[in-house]
Amino acid sequence: MCLKTMINVALPKGRLGEKVYDMFEKSGYECPSIKEVNRKLIFENEEAGVRYFWVKPSDVAIYVERGAADIGVAGKDILLEYAPDVYELLDMNLGKCRMAVAAKKDFRDNTENTLRVATKFPNIAKDYYSKKGRDIDIIKLNGSIEIAPILNLSDVIVDIVETGKTLLENDLEPKETIVPISARLIANKSSFKFKMEQIENIKNSLKAQVKTDD
Amino acid sequence: MFNSNILKNEEKAVFALRSLYRKYGYTPFKMSKFEEYDLYVRNKDFLVSDSVITFTGMNGKLLALKPDVTLSIVKNTKDLPDTVQKVYYNENVYRVSKNTHEFKEIMQTGLECIGAIGVYDIFEVISLAAKSLGAISESFVLDLSHIGIVSAVLDSLGCSRETGKKILTCIGEKNQSGIEKICAENDISEDGCEKIISLVGTYGKIEKVIPQLKAICDTDELKSALAEFESICSLLVASEIGEKINIDFSIATDMRYYNGVVFQGFVENVPTGVLSGGQYDNLMKKMGRKSGAIGFAVYLDTLERLNLTAKKFDVDCVLLYDESTSASDLADAVNALVAEEKTVMAQRIVPESIKYRQLLKLNGKEVDVLENND
Repeated sequence: MCLKTMINVALPKGRLGEKVYDMFEKSGYECPSIKEVNRKLIFENEEAGVRYFWVKPSDVAIYVERGAADIGVAGKDILLEYAPDVYELLDMNLGKCRMAVAAKKDFRDNTENTLRVATKFPNIAKDYYSKKGRDIDIIKLNGSIEIAPILNLSDVIVDIVETGKTLLENDLEPKETIVPISARLIANKSSFKFKMEQIENIKNSLKAQVKTDD
Repeated sequence: MFNSNILKNEEKAVFALRSLYRKYGYTPFKMSKFEEYDLYVRNKDFLVSDSVITFTGMNGKLLALKPDVTLSIVKNTKDLPDTVQKVYYNENVYRVSKNTHEFKEIMQTGLECIGAIGVYDIFEVISLAAKSLGAISESFVLDLSHIGIVSAVLDSLGCSRETGKKILTCIGEKNQSGIEKICAENDISEDGCEKIISLVGTYGKIEKVIPQLKAICDTDELKSALAEFESICSLLVASEIGEKINIDFSIATDMRYYNGVVFQGFVENVPTGVLSGGQYDNLMKKMGRKSGAIGFAVYLDTLERLNLTAKKFDVDCVLLYDESTSASDLADAVNALVAEEKTVMAQRIVPESIKYRQLLKLNGKEVDVLENND
């Protein structure tokens, strides 16, 4: 019956996920085996009542929305792009960056033409430009977005900007900020009802650890 | 009677729910599969998804495969003074699934209570919703909210409709940091911001939440909405289902259609809500009706994966026979096995991809056991 009270946590693979795990550990949900260097993806600590799994950051929301994970940590960019039906319980103030429009330094928007936008985030881009009433052509790419304007595949790109270094190295610069991004604690709506006490505890304990900007 | 193992979850639920609704005097409502498309165009926002399968009828009118049942029921009922019409339905509806972006057939059961509804009717519908969940699973929760309270709190902020909508989305996500951000961007007073955040933060059992709500409800509008909500809640607390009800204002529904209580049901191990409903006097008004209405729908397709146990065997026995076997001997042997409450499949050769408990062979009138997989 211990399965019933286990909390399943989907963590984003990578540095952000490791930071998030440390916060969970400090909240009393430790699982030492997770730090061992191997290729395992699932780790559990029955005593603490927690099971972690590493998934691709952009998949966290899917695991949570479909109930394979009760809670998880996902970037606001993913939540905006896929609009999963989940609770967004806490801004973890980690993995901070922004969604921005970037283009070549000398770029001028010629409003006579349809704007060609290359991006990994078509929904965010569509939403942003439709609010501005701008006619655009979306070019969905899966990586190396920065070369699209250089090769004249697109006029601008919509992408995540952290320091702007990658852009700079490719002779691009951020032109407009669409929305600031950070990691969020999300919960499955149904799990939240049945594991309310544990999820609340985790949320409150993580909240106490969230570093504020000032 | 039926062997309950044969029935799927959805089918069991349909039987249980039908008999439940009958007990409380709800009568079945059978509709045609099609409806004039015009009805949905006029009430597009009431639909869960706005895509509808349409086709041209024999008289040239544009028809639709039903994406929703409530609108058709409302259309087909009349305003009768002082009476309440109580109906239930079990229909297939056609909607676009969010995951596949393709139309899907969804089996839906539900009930509607239309007319001069009062506190008792509202209570009855909410308790039937809870009992419906109870018929599906022992472990369930019914979340209850009141649109009057949520909209009165939003009104008290004095923000634009656009901002109100954004805040409502955040309420649906229990997103406190989002609300704080919107309030800061739109010069909403700290007092107002706190009010919304405490509305999002108050959820749980009725006895715990009602006193907390009293602290937020300071305007006349809010007080009257709360008074109505309280009268329903006190009936629920006193009933057998009070324990299973949570107040939770994050149930985000369209305020243009719903007004009073709204609710959403969850059962353990199903990741999405399985039941949703509420009071929709505003829809009635929009459709030119004077009466009030409340109802709910149970999404039976979500139950498919509940308590899923892998079937070990497709059939108890495979009975092999050959050309020399007479048909009457074969029939006798099959019937003898069926009489022992076994499932039997008669075959000439061992069928591929069928898992059987026992492999039998008919020799004349004798049955030999070739293989036992128990």
